[in-house]
Amino acid sequence: MNKRTLTAGTALLLFLVPAALFGQKNSCLDCHAKLEDTLKVSAEAVKNDIHVQFGLTCKDCHGGNPDIDDDKAMDRTFRGSPKKAEIPGFCARCHSDAALMRTYNPSLRVDQLSQYETSKHGQQLKKGDTKVAVCTDCHGVHDIQTAKFPKSPTFPWNIPQTCGKCHADAELMKGYNIPSNQLAQYKESVHAQALFDKKDMSAPACNDCHGNHGAVPPEVKSIASVCRQCHPSTGELFSKSPHKKAFDEIGQSECEACHGNHKILRPTAEMLGTGEKSVCVQCHDQGSAGYKSAAALKSAIDTYQGRYDREIGTLDLAERKGVEISDARFKLQGALTVLVSAKNLVHSLSTDEVDKKLAESDPILTEVDQAGADALREAKFRRSGLVVATFFLALFGVALFFKIRTMHKPG
Amino acid sequence: MNARVQKLLDYFDERFQYAGLVKFAKKKTVPEHPKSFWYYFGGISLFLTGIQIATGIMLLLYYTPSIDAAHESVQFIMGGVKFGWLIRSVHSWTANILIGILFVHMFSTYFLKAYRKPRELTWMTGFVLFVVFLAFGFSGYLLPWNELSYFATRVGTDIVGSVPLIGKWLKTIVLGGPAIGQGTLSRFFWFHVAILPFAAFFVIVVHVWLVQSLGMSKPIGIDERKVKEIPFFPDFMFKDALAWTFILVIVGIVCVFLPWEVGKKADPFAMTPLGIKPEWYFTFMFTTLKVVPGHVLFIEGEVLVILAIMVGAMFWLLAPYIDRKAARGEKSPLFTWIGVAVAIYIAVFTVLTYVAPKI
Repeated sequence: MNKRTLTAGTALLLFLVPAALFGQKNSCLDCHAKLEDTLKVSAEAVKNDIHVQFGLTCKDCHGGNPDIDDDKAMDRTFRGSPKKAEIPGFCARCHSDAALMRTYNPSLRVDQLSQYETSKHGQQLKKGDTKVAVCTDCHGVHDIQTAKFPKSPTFPWNIPQTCGKCHADAELMKGYNIPSNQLAQYKESVHAQALFDKKDMSAPACNDCHGNHGAVPPEVKSIASVCRQCHPSTGELFSKSPHKKAFDEIGQSECEACHGNHKILRPTAEMLGTGEKSVCVQCHDQGSAGYKSAAALKSAIDTYQGRYDREIGTLDLAERKGVEISDARFKLQGALTVLVSAKNLVHSLSTDEVDKKLAESDPILTEVDQAGADALREAKFRRSGLVVATFFLALFGVALFFKIRTMHKPG
Repeated sequence: MNARVQKLLDYFDERFQYAGLVKFAKKKTVPEHPKSFWYYFGGISLFLTGIQIATGIMLLLYYTPSIDAAHESVQFIMGGVKFGWLIRSVHSWTANILIGILFVHMFSTYFLKAYRKPRELTWMTGFVLFVVFLAFGFSGYLLPWNELSYFATRVGTDIVGSVPLIGKWLKTIVLGGPAIGQGTLSRFFWFHVAILPFAAFFVIVVHVWLVQSLGMSKPIGIDERKVKEIPFFPDFMFKDALAWTFILVIVGIVCVFLPWEVGKKADPFAMTPLGIKPEWYFTFMFTTLKVVPGHVLFIEGEVLVILAIMVGAMFWLLAPYIDRKAARGEKSPLFTWIGVAVAIYIAVFTVLTYVAPKI
């Protein structure tokens, strides 16, 4: 068999299999597509459902015989539609069956039900509260998509909205005595900026901190572990710092105490020191060692930041004057890396460590400073050169002009 | 003249036989009349071509035609080579000014009907030179291998792919493969520094030879009493030199205050930046392609535009033979109005590209 025949055969097969699946009789859909309200099933939505794409049909979940018309289709195998409290178990019949799931998607986990049972949602459901989320509240019903599909409600940048369907509903949350401003706060956070604006899939959405099927609010002792998933070096520095012992003693959550939880903003130098926006003064009184240390750390970062900004300003000016400075800009990236590392080192609370780190970029900043000064000198030289060249060219032009006028005078 | 110098000149004349040429140059006159201002654009074009050759040769010293090094080499020229910024900026700015001057030169020649018999071949070689210089611009634009030039070239070569019948074949030839890559850069470089200069040199020689042998054309119906003849050398040459000096000052000012930027290195995997467009002299064609619907009757809109441009270019090239009235020395207002329509179309569509990029 040649390659072309093989390709054509594969294409035909790929066309015929779905055609056979969709082509076969399905009395469930024939009727439910025409029914109203809770009995209505959209044929269009079902077509895109991940289960249907894997070749499953209505009877695989609901039982019955779709080959038979009318009520007779609901034979003794018919399971009907599960009640809300039954849904986790209903889905788990397949999703907890490792052998069965392997035949469709070997990489898919099969512990969703057991995780769900440990979650706040699962625990409430067990108590008979049917207002809590079950599988279908997050994944949909007959239009379920894989979490890798961008339009799926469980795709990373849709997750905040999916959770917010319930958690931003003040009326619903009132019954549980929990706030409903998490979604609004998250949307202002640096994490949301990364997820929504930069489309950075590694940025955390709700499930990355709270878990998904086993979703619970992290407790004081686990918050630091949650943050350390993505910020391990910061966590390590904190653990070695005097803050660790102090926080443990008073039962204070680690990262959250300064950075907040849902509304985690981009950290700025303003958070350090003793100013109005400083988080240090929440605990450290004026004159205390911590107060002095906070001031020293801020001073070190500010001094460096000022020097870095000056270099950026010089390079910007040189660039506006038309001098090529990409080499100097590239070198300055090294100084920025040092600044980012130093800001991270603040979590160690060691002024010496921060100073030592910042000093690493001294040669870079000196070099960039020189390059910036050279670039500005070059810009000045170019303008002076232009003035001189234009002067001589103008002189030549004027001489030519008068020569031409002389030549054209009669006689 | 010093006897020794005369002896030296005689020595060379005996071998090069240039006495006739000198005699021709001394006797050569140029008509001067109220519209002779437009004659100078030819000389300016030749002067700017000289600058392009000189700066291009200098850039060759440092430019590396490789997708891994082209951008870096241009960056080095702009920042690391003494006066490299000036050479490259002069090359890039002059290229654009030259094409602008060529537009003026071509349209002034058209409106003065200077293409009429016996100057048909002067016009045709001039038009070929115009196309050659557009090709210089198109091929040179990609060489710095920056984001804008990369994506603009992709747009340009996609248009080439729409040429009826031979489009796909032609696009593969131009690209040197299925997509823009090292093959394309090598070809564009080869085209820019070897093929086009050779073609341009040959056509310029023929064009200038025809201009010199036939002399300048006088506008149809001009009052002969208002025309006087001035010597080519030194009178006309001095005026030419004055124009060149003026252009040189302009080039110097723009190069110092607006050096040609290097841009961001091209990343073939990056998304096409918004509002990408070709160089300004191609934008009228680009916007035409955008405004014409996908299908016009039974023909694809893109194909229709390309066919129309090809027919238009053919008309423009053969204008001296089509405009029979001008050939007889009579005024031909129809051709003047066609020229006005073409000039307005080019100007309007070029401006539209920048003021209404979303059309």
